[in-house]
Amino acid sequence: MTETATSFSEIIQARSGEPLHTCYFCQKCTAGCPVAYAMDYKPAQVVRLILLGRRDTLLRSNAPWLCVGCDTCGARCPNDIYLAPVMDVLKEMALEAGLAPAEKKVYALHQSFLDSIKLWGRTHELSMLMEYKLRAVDLFTDLDLGLRLMLKGKISMLPERIKDLERVRALYRRVGR
Amino acid sequence: MRKIGIFVCHCGLNIAGTIDVQRVVEEIKKYPGVAFAADYKYMCSDPGQALIRQAIADYGLDGIVVAACSPAMHEVTFRKAARAAGVNPYLTEIANIREQISWVHQTQPEEATRKAIETIATIVEKVRYDEALVPFSLPVVKRALVIGGGIAGMTTALHIADAGYPVVLVEREAQLGGKMRQLSGLYLNFDAAPDLLETKIAAVMQHPNIQVLTNAEVVELGGYVGNFTVKISSRFQVPGYKLQVPGSEIAQSGINPQPETLQPETLQPETPQPETFTFDIGAIVVATGFDLLPKSELGEYGGGRPPDVIDGLQFERMLAEGEIRRPSDGAVPKEVVWVQCAGSRDPELHMPYCSKICCMYVAKQAMAYKQRVPDGQAYVFYIDIRSQGKGYEEFVQRAMTEYDVLYLRGKVARVFEEDGRVVVYGVDTLSGKAVEVQADLVVLATAVVPSAGARDLAQRLRVSTDEYGFFSEAHPKLRPVESLTAGIFLAGAAQFPKDIPETVAQASGAAAKVLGLFAQREMVQEPTIAFVDEELCAGCGLCVAACPYEARVMHPWKPIAVVQTALCQGCGACVVACPNKASSLRNLSTEQLLTMMEPVL
Repeated sequence: MTETATSFSEIIQARSGEPLHTCYFCQKCTAGCPVAYAMDYKPAQVVRLILLGRRDTLLRSNAPWLCVGCDTCGARCPNDIYLAPVMDVLKEMALEAGLAPAEKKVYALHQSFLDSIKLWGRTHELSMLMEYKLRAVDLFTDLDLGLRLMLKGKISMLPERIKDLERVRALYRRVGR
Repeated sequence: MRKIGIFVCHCGLNIAGTIDVQRVVEEIKKYPGVAFAADYKYMCSDPGQALIRQAIADYGLDGIVVAACSPAMHEVTFRKAARAAGVNPYLTEIANIREQISWVHQTQPEEATRKAIETIATIVEKVRYDEALVPFSLPVVKRALVIGGGIAGMTTALHIADAGYPVVLVEREAQLGGKMRQLSGLYLNFDAAPDLLETKIAAVMQHPNIQVLTNAEVVELGGYVGNFTVKISSRFQVPGYKLQVPGSEIAQSGINPQPETLQPETLQPETPQPETFTFDIGAIVVATGFDLLPKSELGEYGGGRPPDVIDGLQFERMLAEGEIRRPSDGAVPKEVVWVQCAGSRDPELHMPYCSKICCMYVAKQAMAYKQRVPDGQAYVFYIDIRSQGKGYEEFVQRAMTEYDVLYLRGKVARVFEEDGRVVVYGVDTLSGKAVEVQADLVVLATAVVPSAGARDLAQRLRVSTDEYGFFSEAHPKLRPVESLTAGIFLAGAAQFPKDIPETVAQASGAAAKVLGLFAQREMVQEPTIAFVDEELCAGCGLCVAACPYEARVMHPWKPIAVVQTALCQGCGACVVACPNKASSLRNLSTEQLLTMMEPVL
């Protein structure tokens, strides 16, 4: 137990806007989470560790990186707590602290996704996935699937640009990226 | 010769499914003394009872045997039906052919039918020699004794006194108020306990129908419901506390004062001499409250040695006095840990039961602490939160959400002193992590146990207690404010841990039971009890020792034993003990029992 238990949980509550102190620990979020099986700490445990002030444990946990943001937890929560924003705060804090993301490939996908939006204003799957494969150093997985999708015209060769790309880029500048 | 009617019930298929009821009727008709026999689907139904009444009228029956379910079920029903048709209810008996025959011999219909016939025959023999009895009536002394001057006792006393009956309120301590006197603000709205209490105490002290005896204890109880004789020993009277002698005020209130042995001129408030008063009492309410399990019992939590490990009542004193300071060095504690279930829900080492009040008062104490020390951290270790009551759950949630009290689900393993702080080893089962807190102050929510001396008092009152020393209620669901002894009622934590609202509710219930008793002109008692044949009694006194209800005493001057009819429960222990066969039970005499054996031999 650290003396910062309260302040750490208050920071997360302030940044995420989620009322974590109201949690009953009924575990309904964990029970409904589609990716909880792969997490080292289940969603309800993440809330618990936040209230206990276990900063280091949480910033090294893979749970925030595996969260797909589907909001099933929040939709079912008796106290209206959505965990996706909480997971986002934890990911941000991990990066701010200079820690390596616990799931490098997930981080690589996020990066590629953001780069693609920055470049085109919307995603261009082909270039985004190529960037992801380079970042993740994973060149051959699902190649055959990608080829089949391209042959059926599901993945276009050429990117599409949106009309007012400058407004999207202004958003990126605002968050310093 | 008595004309006996037999009524065999089918109880749907409960009886008729196994026993051949038609054959039972045919066979029992031939038995000597049986004037009528019939069977019916449901004898307890209105048409069934009408059948009994009609047969009594048509055949002039003066003895009834109903072969049906247990007498515990419907004896009263059939005795009422018989009385309505002019047959003395004590000449109506039940032959239990359901619980004792059809239910237990379902696979042997032939044997069950024979057993039913024999069983009915034994009851025919009993009815043949039954006497037509009349219930006793006994006078009721309309004065109540309330033992314990806490919130339970005061509430009961006020209700009874407000209804116009005199009450004697006995308190062991020098002042009224009990444990509530030690409390600060109460959940749910932080009402100050002393304020609430002062109003109650003033109402009690000023009530013309209440006599308050402080520093006093019940030393002896004699008699029985409606007619108890109670000896109360008063060590001394504290100035300002009245000892009111019944007299003008009570006479004016319309209640006739009972014969009184209290002598006003012997009262000397200045001298601390023990004095004994005797009262005639009609009903007693036990409201002796609770104590906390001593910290010394809890070795794993310091055994009472570390000064900064305190119990819930000690923390209440701090709150009431306004300042929260560590007992060791007077510093304001910045990290405070509450340990719930300290000695409760621990069947191996301490008390197996839930002490019920701790979840709520711990939440309140943690909130009160945060109000006074906003930058302090409050931790609560718990196993489960039990907040059952109007607004209770919301109150506990407020402690967590508005006051940032950190609730940790897990039992504390160890509490010990180290470098001027108190180290708490626990676990948080929700994260699966071991937790260690360097605390400034630890508050143990120690188990609620019966008030010291409750067992002795129970023995003096001849009231039973449970294995922990809480007073036993007569029925856990349907008679929760009565003891197993007639005329003695229970209120508050003397029966089991309770918070104030529940205590007040039970105290009001106890008062209602007392008033119900006092509303009767006289009490009715079952006549099926023991009696002594004065011709045969040699005065040996064996029955006096054998009687478990103290219903048997020696005659003041004649060498014989006499029955105190109001106390006798008709158990028959005296009949067995008597070497001269002078002791006997009404409607269950030895001769009757022997004749009852005839049909089955």
